[in-house]
Amino acid sequence: MQLPDAEKAFDSLAKKIQADANKDFTLVGIHTGGVWLAERLHQALGIKQPLGTLDVAFYRDDFDKIGLHPQVKPSEIPFAVEGAHILLVDDVLQTGRTIRAAINELFDYGRPASISFAALVDRGGRELPIAAQYTGIMLELPADKMLELKCGKNGKLSFHLYDKSLPE
Amino acid sequence: MINRNPQLDENGVLQHLLTTEGLPASVLLHILDTAESFVGVTERDVKKIPLLRGKSIFNLFFEPSTRTRTTFEIAAKRLSADVFNLNIAVSAQSKGETLLDTVNNLSAMNADMFVVRHAQSGAAHLIAKHVQADIHVINAGDGSHAHPTQALLDMFTIRRYKRDFRNLRVAIIGDILHSRVARSQIHALTTLGVPEVRVIAPKTLLPKMVERLGVHVYHDMAKGLKDIDVLMMLRLQNERMKGANLPSPEEYFKYYGLTPEKLSLARRDAIVMHPGPMNRGVEIDSEVADGKQSVILPQVTFGIAVRMAVMSILAGNQV
Repeated sequence: MQLPDAEKAFDSLAKKIQADANKDFTLVGIHTGGVWLAERLHQALGIKQPLGTLDVAFYRDDFDKIGLHPQVKPSEIPFAVEGAHILLVDDVLQTGRTIRAAINELFDYGRPASISFAALVDRGGRELPIAAQYTGIMLELPADKMLELKCGKNGKLSFHLYDKSLPE
Repeated sequence: MINRNPQLDENGVLQHLLTTEGLPASVLLHILDTAESFVGVTERDVKKIPLLRGKSIFNLFFEPSTRTRTTFEIAAKRLSADVFNLNIAVSAQSKGETLLDTVNNLSAMNADMFVVRHAQSGAAHLIAKHVQADIHVINAGDGSHAHPTQALLDMFTIRRYKRDFRNLRVAIIGDILHSRVARSQIHALTTLGVPEVRVIAPKTLLPKMVERLGVHVYHDMAKGLKDIDVLMMLRLQNERMKGANLPSPEEYFKYYGLTPEKLSLARRDAIVMHPGPMNRGVEIDSEVADGKQSVILPQVTFGIAVRMAVMSILAGNQV
């Protein structure tokens, strides 16, 4: 299957956010792909507020099924969440469960004025009433495929597709 | 498999934390890495995450302890678990109930995890062998055998200040003979690749053949502290002072108490650790305990993050 160009998807996403640049966003990337994207957006949009990162492992709803994720990274929110307009950034939007976890985690830092959400890819398959305000591209994929964003040594982004049943 | 480590299941997944002995470096490092993320949680305004919501954790302390019990309680509460503290020294056992009967009764109350402190070496192992497969056991100190969470928080503290285990010289100083902390520290340090672990103590406070644990033995602080990066002090247990092991606290302090003068024999950037509670003026001078090189209070703070990591990893490792 021919996968779309992740760099082009990023340009499309950045443009859409840029059109709303009058908004005073504070960026928060979700580990790991969302952090790469948030770093790129932070630079591309010239945002002055420091960038936040979230690892939602402690807020996931599948802990009882699969336990703690093996590689948890520290969440870092180097700004006051209270009253901030936060733009959450993630690579792939599917069920919406990751975003649910991220929103819950953010509220443990304070009460933001607003949270909006930017996703590089929306592949459908929502299981929660969650939507992205900004989307790079839409992509229809079979449910048994897993889409992953990778970042090369040169910083170039690319998509990779896996069978869910097979180990990566 | 006959010699399987009782803490690991057949797939090598951690089910109980009973001792640092025999655990692979990957398991120890996974706990330390996970604890890094929990340090961030403990620095927030809301110091609580929903991970263990609805889980019941029983602190079974058959031996008195304030700090360890409290840090386990704080760790469990920050993970949103329900915590029950049983001070068993004054309850069921004094009425004649056996250890395993106590555990059976609490299991019937749907316990998910036991945190066990007991004066007998092996008590936590016994409980771990006895409980159903979905219950996890953490050893919070058994006799003079092991105290793995203390050793892990010590490893976490060392890594925070010294970064890499593989170029360090570490000295453990004091009553090695009776110390479960020292045993767990030695196993953790050697597993994590510390090239030189020394023990410094009078002969009467060293176990026989302690060298077989992979440590170098010193009886003299002046020699033992040379080039040391990390000093791990041990508590001199007052109850041992009256026996034949030691002449007097004053004499012990003279030879083994950590004073600024003795500390100056170690590397200039050496850190000083102590598992608490401290006997000031016996194993450590106040000037050192409160000095710039002391990381004794950070150890306590990191202890909560490390115990949160252990509890959440175990609770997530279901069979």
